[in-house]
Amino acid sequence: MTNYNFSSKFKHANVFSIILFLISIILIFFKGLNYGIDFKGGTLIELRSINTNASLIRDVLKNMDLGDVNVKKFGKEGDFLIKIEQKNDNNKLIPEIKKNLSDNLNSDVNFRRVENVGPKVSAELLKSGIMAISLSLVAMLFYIWIRFEWQFSIGSIIALFHDVIITLGIFSILSLEINLSIIAAVLTIVGYSMNDTVVIYDRIRENLGKFHKLNISDIANLSINETLARTIITSVTTLLALFSIFILGGEILRGFSFAMILGVLVGTYSSIFVASPILKYFKVSYKTIEKEEEKIVP
Amino acid sequence: MLNFSKINVLIIYFIFVIIGLFSLLNLQNENDRVIEKKINLGLDLQGGSYLLLEINSDSLVKEKIQSKVIPIKKLLKDNGINYNNFKINEKKLSLFLDNIEKFDFLFKSRKDNLVNPYIDNYRSYELEYKKINNNQIEISFSKFGLLTINNSALKQSIEIVRRRIDDVGTKEPTILQRGEKRILVELPGLKDPERIKSLLGKTAQLNFRLVSDNNEFGTDELISENGEKLNISKRIIMSGENLIDAQPSIQNQNNEPTVSFTLDRLGAQKFGRATTDNVGKRLAIVLDGKIVSAPNINEPITSGNGMISGNFTFQEATDLALLLRSGALPTPLIVVEERTVGPDLGEDSIKSGITSLIVGFILVILFMLYKYKIFGLIANTALIANLIMLIGALTILEATLTLPGIAGIILTVGMAVDANVLIFERIREELKTEKSIIHAFDSGYSRAKITVLDANITTLIAAIILFAFGSGPVKGFAITLGIGILTTLFTAYFLARHLTSMVVLNNKNKEIKI
Repeated sequence: MTNYNFSSKFKHANVFSIILFLISIILIFFKGLNYGIDFKGGTLIELRSINTNASLIRDVLKNMDLGDVNVKKFGKEGDFLIKIEQKNDNNKLIPEIKKNLSDNLNSDVNFRRVENVGPKVSAELLKSGIMAISLSLVAMLFYIWIRFEWQFSIGSIIALFHDVIITLGIFSILSLEINLSIIAAVLTIVGYSMNDTVVIYDRIRENLGKFHKLNISDIANLSINETLARTIITSVTTLLALFSIFILGGEILRGFSFAMILGVLVGTYSSIFVASPILKYFKVSYKTIEKEEEKIVP
Repeated sequence: MLNFSKINVLIIYFIFVIIGLFSLLNLQNENDRVIEKKINLGLDLQGGSYLLLEINSDSLVKEKIQSKVIPIKKLLKDNGINYNNFKINEKKLSLFLDNIEKFDFLFKSRKDNLVNPYIDNYRSYELEYKKINNNQIEISFSKFGLLTINNSALKQSIEIVRRRIDDVGTKEPTILQRGEKRILVELPGLKDPERIKSLLGKTAQLNFRLVSDNNEFGTDELISENGEKLNISKRIIMSGENLIDAQPSIQNQNNEPTVSFTLDRLGAQKFGRATTDNVGKRLAIVLDGKIVSAPNINEPITSGNGMISGNFTFQEATDLALLLRSGALPTPLIVVEERTVGPDLGEDSIKSGITSLIVGFILVILFMLYKYKIFGLIANTALIANLIMLIGALTILEATLTLPGIAGIILTVGMAVDANVLIFERIREELKTEKSIIHAFDSGYSRAKITVLDANITTLIAAIILFAFGSGPVKGFAITLGIGILTTLFTAYFLARHLTSMVVLNNKNKEIKI
């Protein structure tokens, strides 16, 4: 078993977390998130055309009065991603764009992917994404409340908020696209981070019952050390899988796996440095869990 | 925890083998299947088109409220209620009455009320009225009246969408109702949905109306196919409902593509009468408010067969015939969401998905071997069993595998070892204080049990919520992640535990390191 003194670093870590959290909030509100067409509406076209370049494609589309058009290289040589912020449901637009590109680019154009999300649908998708994340946080809150005491429940939720907000903050500062798969990643992060926190909490509860003389800081420290090997091994295997997707899984999964990698790192950190210290602030002691036991077994 | 009765062992391996065997069904020859179960590939992997269509019942509601005008006027007249200033205002009727009490009584009578029928299902009338002031009222559809119109329009639209898509002949289309206003269409293997979109984008309301000489009351001014301004009578002689068949054909005289149609008995009668009475006049063929052509009636057409010409290309004639055969949509359909993936991108996605799965899997397996040696081997056996069961379970459910779904499998591989890591680490701790190796393993398993359960249930909750809220590819991710957790728990707690017990019990007297 390792014997690092984590609890001595709780204070510094908490200040660090609060700063990161606040910066993320500020970024999310002021810089904003780079929503993809799933949540903002618009058209996305992925095409493969060997003898062309982004500015050529931009020139062809410029004459069509499409509003904000974004063309960039995507993955392999000759692959391009076009994003058009077309706000209304115009069913004639896509065939026109495709025809225009086929006619005016002097090489074969292979339309590999075409997506169009209307304004109503994108608003609904955003709403249901926010709903899903909120609901998952509430569900976790209840689960931990049932399985542990309320102090643990609050602690784990604060840690989850911390993870979600900081992950989104990093997405904001890097201007990475938020789409449906990022919502899936965030929900999985919620599950993973909770998983990590529960393992440490379980041990803290056990040790609280075993060592009445130790204070909560020492208990937390001991529990974190006892479970540290597992925390690291699981993070490593999960990261191995994720890096494999990130590097080999193709362009479409890149954002998703990047969000997950961030989430696993932040989630592991928060289980140790956010979820555990919070118990100290709530003055959790062996009495906290004993009371609970008395209630159940009279 | 290390003692297994023979029957328990039997049950554990039986479950594993049965579920595992289902994974083999995916290897069956495509055309020669013994059992019709397999994992379906999502549109993002096999290529194809996903369309979400929305009906817009506004025009239908306007039409329906207009059709109430005459019955209401008749009701008022028959019962001696005086009215004036009867106006149609979009989706409302407004009028002045001298006796609102009497109108109220008639309007809300339940028996034989043809003007304002009572809808039993919803316990509501079709129409409702609002008093604007002492003698003015506004009549409109009630909430449930609108719902009824909407529902029947949606049902009818789905039917017609299905007919049109079937007629085009794409393989295995999925056509489903989504919510109150939407139709989901999935067209696997379709590379370019534009033709289907344009076929679904037309309501194809066809009617035959006479061309009038002057612009008297009751005519619409429409532009004909060759730019001529024509006054078309509002009276509809016959509509597309009376068509029983329509086919593209080539007119012999000038090789022009046309659409020839066959009418039902009623349609043939109506058409025969109208053409007999109006020889020499022009008959306009109007499709969705536009004139297709307006030929002269040279002679009465009583056979019930006719022909539509209108400078078509053969493709246009084919499409028009298809639209007429399938019937008119009650309202226009708008594509509110569209996602099309080309087959080559789908193939690339499968390739990169499988590559990253294999590489991730090998990395995790090597890491576990390095970390736990012989017990790593057990964890890895459990992991392989886990993967086989996961694929088997997905086959039993005939789940749809998407690209994020493959990511879910890889993630399961990474996270599945967690259960065994938790247990092994616990056993390591127990081995320090416990003298008896068997006891140490035993208490390691029982003490880690609660933690393993708690830790996995949290991820399961996230997967369930994702399944409930997610759409398409993301749903595929939720499915693999959720099932992955269940198979993980099974393999860690039953298979791996049994294998561990065999290793431990066979080496009772030796020192075991973990």
